[in-house]
Amino acid sequence: MRGRAHVYPRAHINTDEIIPARYLNVHSEAELAKHAMEDIDAEFVKRVQPGDIIIAGDDFGCGSSREHAVWALRGAKVSAVIANNFARIYFRNSINNGFPAIECQDIAQKVQTGDELEIDLKAGSITNVTRKETYTFVPMADFAVEIMQAGGLLEYVKAKA
Amino acid sequence: MGMTITEKIFAAHCGKKRVVPGELVNAKLDLVMCHDVTTPPAVEMLEKRGMDRVWDPDRVVVTPDHFVPAKDILSAELHRSLDRWVKRHHIRHYYPLGRHGVCHAILPEKGHILPGEIIVGGDSHTCTYGAFGAFSAGIGSTDLAAALYAGELWFRVPETMKFTLNGAPPEGVYSKDIILEIIRRIGVDGARYMAMEYDGSTLSHLSMEARMTITNMAIEAGAKSGIIPADNVTEAYIRERRHDRPKYEVYHSDPDAKYVAHHTIDVAAMEPMVAFPNLPSNAHYIGDVRSDIGIDQAYIGSCTNGRIEDLRIAAAILKGRKVKARTMVVPATTAIWKQASDEGLFDIFYDAECVISTPTCGACLGGHMGVLAADEVCISTTNRNFVGRMGSPKAKVYLASPATVAASAIEGRIVDPRPYLTKRAAAE
Repeated sequence: MRGRAHVYPRAHINTDEIIPARYLNVHSEAELAKHAMEDIDAEFVKRVQPGDIIIAGDDFGCGSSREHAVWALRGAKVSAVIANNFARIYFRNSINNGFPAIECQDIAQKVQTGDELEIDLKAGSITNVTRKETYTFVPMADFAVEIMQAGGLLEYVKAKA
Repeated sequence: MGMTITEKIFAAHCGKKRVVPGELVNAKLDLVMCHDVTTPPAVEMLEKRGMDRVWDPDRVVVTPDHFVPAKDILSAELHRSLDRWVKRHHIRHYYPLGRHGVCHAILPEKGHILPGEIIVGGDSHTCTYGAFGAFSAGIGSTDLAAALYAGELWFRVPETMKFTLNGAPPEGVYSKDIILEIIRRIGVDGARYMAMEYDGSTLSHLSMEARMTITNMAIEAGAKSGIIPADNVTEAYIRERRHDRPKYEVYHSDPDAKYVAHHTIDVAAMEPMVAFPNLPSNAHYIGDVRSDIGIDQAYIGSCTNGRIEDLRIAAAILKGRKVKARTMVVPATTAIWKQASDEGLFDIFYDAECVISTPTCGACLGGHMGVLAADEVCISTTNRNFVGRMGSPKAKVYLASPATVAASAIEGRIVDPRPYLTKRAAAE
């Protein structure tokens, strides 16, 4: 997983900013993607390229339960979000979709917008190709990996039934 | 080591004697709540995988509430998809338009919520139902799909943070002020992933409606759930609504249960609170609020404060007065609407020149029915004041109790509601 960083160091980037409710009358990822991050950065959708990575501070994705937040980012071809930590519903939604939510302390202070990052999910490491630095993170919990390996929560549930 | 009420509920739902915080469990669900925004995607996911079934249609409650009445063609399509799914699976507990209501108001009102249960819903404010001594949490659409299909879901048993609320709320202080004070103290992620459990002498002064305002906003502190042990107030509320006398378990935390922290709130010494833009934690005592914050709109409604008690509080202040700021009154359910009408509250709102709406989540989440223009300022009884929450990302939203919002509507600026309460009492 490799892409350029978009750094939003603020805490509590909420789902209303990630995908405003005025666009929740659809749930196609391509449609939602047109408004990804609109209320925090209206230019984001113009700059984002496939594989790019969002970097944030504490409590990313707080607020509503809308899974549309994950779908909007994935629709915009974002490959992962790395933050100090995540709000719980966003985190569940992310895992359930097999969309990486990586917890790495102070990442927003180490990385700058435009840095090229490479993530190794298995090893739990992020390489900053631009700055020639490596950061480690705690690999995801086993159950999360199981759900992701099954292809998402529904596949996991179906296989068990 | 004893268990908290939340741990006991989880243990009972996964067939274990005890569970500990951090443990991952697969728990049986008692009830699943569905609405018009997050359910249609869940249904599509199930259909796409050949999993279109509902494990127990009688344990699912459905109401369209977010974009009702349909705000545009696309939301009308969501409602149609929801309606077709309900009929296909013979879901009995369905509240379509005309009997509808904001989900977290209508489920308790119709007697669907019982103590000791595990309830999930495709909405972050599902934590509201914890007011009944149940565990309830908001989930996204994929979790919702899995819940509907299997009737069980994985959970990480949460740690619990305890809040002891002491004393009778003074005049002008309501449960909204209490929860804003709590969020001010611990922050919008102060209870992230945790259960917020309440006890203390204040609870006996709070109706079920007032308690629901407190558990409703657990998510605004990042919590997984809020929980208030069931007592005789809870039992009376259920008895009034359930003539079939359902069985349920009432759990209490053990005296030696473990808490990550314990906060005490001296409610008797509190004053009204106002949360400033753009976080619910940005709360100030009304005495510290500048007197020149003008408002363009006042909003009274939502799953937080759109119940009959809230409308009565607002009406008592608005009676015989006119508003200076555009004021939306949004009863949370059809039954509340009817009761407000029967009690003559609509005459008061009409005379005060308020807009009275059909039940809807509406402008609380910036959907429709009162969204804000750039640079407009709104004081609202709702639960979130994030950037763009009620309309333009350049609008500003302040959160407060129905009393503070009503008094502010009259003056066209944010004011202390207490002089209005005292004046009224002196006159009568």
